[in-house]
Amino acid sequence: MSFVPHSDADRRDMLARIGVSSIRELYSDIPGSLVRDGLPEMPDALSEWETVKAIQELADRNHSLICFAGAGQYDHFVPAAVDHLVRRSEFYTAYTPYQPEVSQGTLQVIYEFQTMVCELTGLDVANASMYDGPSAAAEAAVMARAVTRRDRVLAAASLHPHYRKVTETYLHGQGSELQTVPIDERGLVDRDALAEALGDDVACVIVQYPNFFGVIEELEPLAEIVAEAGALLVVAADPVALALLRPPGVCGADIVIAEGQPFGNPLSFGGPVVGLFAAKQKYVRKMPGRIVGATEDVEGRRGYVLTLQTREQQIRRDKATSNICTNQGLNALAATIHLALLGRHGLRKVAEVSTQNAHYARSRLEGIAGVELLYPDSPFVREFAIRTEENSRAILERGFSAGVLAGVSLSRFPALGAPDGLLLAFTEKRSREEIDRLVEVIAG
Amino acid sequence: MSEIPDGLKYTEEHEYVRDTDTENEFFVGVTDYAQGELGDVVFVELPAVGDTFGRMDVFGTIEAVKAVSDLFSPLTGEIVGINEALAEDPALVNSDPYGEGWMVRIRATDPSEIDGLLSAADYAEHVDA
Repeated sequence: MSFVPHSDADRRDMLARIGVSSIRELYSDIPGSLVRDGLPEMPDALSEWETVKAIQELADRNHSLICFAGAGQYDHFVPAAVDHLVRRSEFYTAYTPYQPEVSQGTLQVIYEFQTMVCELTGLDVANASMYDGPSAAAEAAVMARAVTRRDRVLAAASLHPHYRKVTETYLHGQGSELQTVPIDERGLVDRDALAEALGDDVACVIVQYPNFFGVIEELEPLAEIVAEAGALLVVAADPVALALLRPPGVCGADIVIAEGQPFGNPLSFGGPVVGLFAAKQKYVRKMPGRIVGATEDVEGRRGYVLTLQTREQQIRRDKATSNICTNQGLNALAATIHLALLGRHGLRKVAEVSTQNAHYARSRLEGIAGVELLYPDSPFVREFAIRTEENSRAILERGFSAGVLAGVSLSRFPALGAPDGLLLAFTEKRSREEIDRLVEVIAG
Repeated sequence: MSEIPDGLKYTEEHEYVRDTDTENEFFVGVTDYAQGELGDVVFVELPAVGDTFGRMDVFGTIEAVKAVSDLFSPLTGEIVGINEALAEDPALVNSDPYGEGWMVRIRATDPSEIDGLLSAADYAEHVDA
């Protein structure tokens, strides 16, 4: 199929047909003060070599730092095989490749992806992915409102501030609001406050696991309290930690979401990433997003299709739970390949080494003057927070000079009400030497 | 030719109203014509007992593989029963729309609305037209 652009004669004809004198006139709703005539002064075009040189010079200004920053996205190792497969043009360039007659490979991969998400979360059904963790959390809240036909949404104070903000934005559009449930001195959700805040107008409670401060939340008692109030429990999880923790689905979660970036996707300065979304079977018809199902063709062979499409807005329109009509196909593919390479044991190993690194760091930080664990008596997996007497930004500056990204400053999130300090995250990439360097930086 | 039993009343949106053994309470479902047009029914979303609806308010949805349609209440009233069997076996709507495929039982607050519904003959004309 060839590309045939419009000619000037075509444009004149079309404009005449609709009674408009110019294309500019079609944009008459835009205030004149905002319209520019032509492009601004642009420098001369560069040759390919000049362009490459210019971009290389910019890139050389990047610092490669040993990364101890987490807070939702983590510096895990992605084996070369992932990229090698993802960059195959059949995957890389295909746009919305879901017609089953010609896309069995893609559909099967997504089915495998969904299966892995179910295994990690301990729930019955997963979708083909969301944009990212925060929007998945927001969609979970919206779904809970649709399932329960209730209005209010509660979230733990220890939910990632970005997840909170995105959820608030989605709820604002629905005329609903997000209320916060405080945490106690151990960094866990305050159960009394939770019971107090619940009511028969609460659709769901969102809890992070481990929470923003790295603390492992006790899900089962929370699940009981929430279920008794007739609300749903939404759990936002660290998918790597799920290799070690009791699956939230087993603990009573109704919906589990996560940021899937640690699998197969580099940090990439924030994105693109991939949201994981799973729920109990009984809620499947209210789930957002694409779902791939397994079926049989006319010859009885196993095949895969997009299924339950009547949930989606292209059919259900304004009655759909969500208007999402996409997924993060390539990122989900990368995640699936990575997990397939790791296998169950490999993933557990990644989680174990990450955890061991975090606990080694903790032991090295004990006894450092001016540094205390924010929740010293609470269990954590691969991330924890320290409060620092010294300004955390100053510590980070010191780290830059030493080639270390010494965590995420808690002062970036004033709404948390936490003291100044650093959130430190550990992956299997970090070595003992690197952690010793981090400790030196923090100690000053 | 779809089946259009005589003793029932109908709406232009293809719902029917059938007497129960209780005065002012009626079974509501969709007609044989509707189930034929929809194809295999895979899911029926029903209201809760106690919900109230005005005449022609949407009380639920019916889903086939590629389409979703609203269900309109022929009468103003309160839902006093729903057909739980449809959750397990939505195909009852296809196989027995007027019998086992009933959807809700409604207690009409204004029984005179029945007179405003279509007779079997009127409905037959409507679907033929």
